[in-house]
Amino acid sequence: MNAAELIKKRKSRDLRSSLITYGIVVVFYIVVQTMVNTGHISSLMKGLLVPICVYVIAAVSLNLVVGISGELSLGHAGFMCLGAYASTFFTNVVGDGLPELPRFILAILIGACVAGFFGILIGIPVLRLKGDYLAIVTLAFGEIIKNLMNVIYAGVDDGGLHFATTDSGLKLGEGGKKIIKGALGISGTPKNSTFTIGIVLILITLFIVLNLINSRSGRAIMSTRDNRIAAESIGIPVTRFKLMAFSISAALAGVAGVLYAHNLATLTVKKFDYNTSILILVFVVLGGIGNIRGSMIAAVILTALPEMLRGLSNYRMLIYAIVLIVLMLFNWAPAARAFRSRILEKLPFGRRNAEKEES
Amino acid sequence: MAMLDINGLSISFGGLHAVDDFNVTIEEGQLYGLIGPNGAGKTTVFNLLTGVYKPTEGVIRLNGQDITGKSTVEINRAGVARTFQNIRLFKEMPVLDNVKVGFHNQHQYSTLTGILRLPKYWKVEAEMNEKAIEILKVFDLDKEANTLAGNLPYGKQRKLEIARALATDPKLLLLDEPAAGMNPNETEELMQTIRFVRDHYKMTILLIEHDMKLVSGICEELTVLNFGRVLAQGPTAEVLKDPAVITAYLGE
Ligand SMILES: Nc1ncnc2c1ncn2[C@@H]1O[C@H](COP(=O)(O)OP(=O)(O)O)[C@@H](O)[C@H]1O
Ligand SMILES: [Mg+2]
Repeated sequence: MNAAELIKKRKSRDLRSSLITYGIVVVFYIVVQTMVNTGHISSLMKGLLVPICVYVIAAVSLNLVVGISGELSLGHAGFMCLGAYASTFFTNVVGDGLPELPRFILAILIGACVAGFFGILIGIPVLRLKGDYLAIVTLAFGEIIKNLMNVIYAGVDDGGLHFATTDSGLKLGEGGKKIIKGALGISGTPKNSTFTIGIVLILITLFIVLNLINSRSGRAIMSTRDNRIAAESIGIPVTRFKLMAFSISAALAGVAGVLYAHNLATLTVKKFDYNTSILILVFVVLGGIGNIRGSMIAAVILTALPEMLRGLSNYRMLIYAIVLIVLMLFNWAPAARAFRSRILEKLPFGRRNAEKEES
Repeated sequence: MAMLDINGLSISFGGLHAVDDFNVTIEEGQLYGLIGPNGAGKTTVFNLLTGVYKPTEGVIRLNGQDITGKSTVEINRAGVARTFQNIRLFKEMPVLDNVKVGFHNQHQYSTLTGILRLPKYWKVEAEMNEKAIEILKVFDLDKEANTLAGNLPYGKQRKLEIARALATDPKLLLLDEPAAGMNPNETEELMQTIRFVRDHYKMTILLIEHDMKLVSGICEELTVLNFGRVLAQGPTAEVLKDPAVITAYLGE
């Protein structure tokens, strides 16, 4: 095969791979919606639909840092927290001043910007350093954000926005509205998040991440992952591209936070702790580092599984553990990879993956 | 004006004078050799030239422009590209992408253009693909465009490193032991390729090499390093006859 044909083949493979990923999301949506409409889904499961979307967005965005730029981040929940708080604060301040949809879209953008801004703030000093400092700093960042949000009081009155670290310190004028109430968080946020919006946000996230990977900047990011010194030697500003991956990832985590927060009557910091950051990392690792589709699937299965197994009460954790191990083997063991590539080879749509596996 | 002019270049690690008062002048279009025993400081010269290390003393001029102390990225943009003695490819990326990432500063579009797949994305990508194939063909790597770089056999990895360096459109190409680990046939082929690259791309090439057949076959001039100092310098045939060089290096 000559080079031009090879490039054509590669292009169609890349396209096919992206289409499969989008296709999985769309099929998942149609199946679930049908189940919802025909009443074939438990109410608890229904309650999990938005969180599933949240975790998929979180996992895909974390994979951009871990799998594509090759840095370890342990504070993804911190960025979700920022997105969640910034957006719900906005939503409550605006209240009925804006129609629901434009307000929610603005809230999503604000959540993304705030989280992305903090991503840049942290990334600039840390990503300059050679070594695994990002893991330590993001770990600390996640905890700091969580603790900070826990003591913040904020409100709005005719004089504008007010912030304080104690309840009594927050001096609001006549008719003022208290929005963030320290450890009690934010309550009364309208529940704007729906499964449909979640799916749309997943598709947008995938669009951004997949297109980025297959572009000039994406190649630059991956080159800094594979060999920092070589990347510099061909004129790639390493810090800038690691920062790009990190801040885009943070912004998307912010979006996940927005979606999460607009699905709750009361938002507190509890959920945005170290365990959540690790959980998202588990999705990424189990789904295959650098494998966007894999982290998406892992996030769905592992979020839905405990609920699906509810009927089996006693065996629940056992089965959960087995699924974890099977997923791990499926993604990582050489024999399983070979088996999978043989299967994929037979599918008309699976060839790109198959070739990736061979290598 | 000389393409490369190095004056009094020195660096020490702890007490070790790895490179000590190094001087060289290389004219445009020359194929120049840097030889010397292991540990003589050859790779260190490349690292100083490309900004990986900052010299304690000395001046490096590229085409008259002072590039001393500049960063690796700036120096590449000024026109210096290199390969590495211990291969440093982007192993998890296909061969084609290893070259395309070398075009980073040559063929540009913004990140947003890439994400939104605007017309410019398709145009520049097509341009890059075409240019990448052209370069890969020189190294007979075009049939392996979709192979992951890490899966190439050793000799081809060395060639891909040169291809990637060329993609940055350098004026000066530095090759660190390009024939290391190659068999005599591959080395012979490489010699022809290096000559072709110099002639076709009008490149100035400075190479480090232990293979004397390659050195005497393609280098017009040589500098011999020993313990960080210049032992001999001049036209290849003369330098290789120098008794000091023979005892220090060739005789061992
Ligand atoms: N970063 C470094 N730190 C300490 N010593 C170094 C460093 N880089 C090179 N050296 C030393 O400098 C000397 C020259 O090394 P090098 O330039 O790699 O030799 P070669 O001529 O074989 O390429 C060696 O003694 C090596 O150990
Ligand atoms: Mg060396």
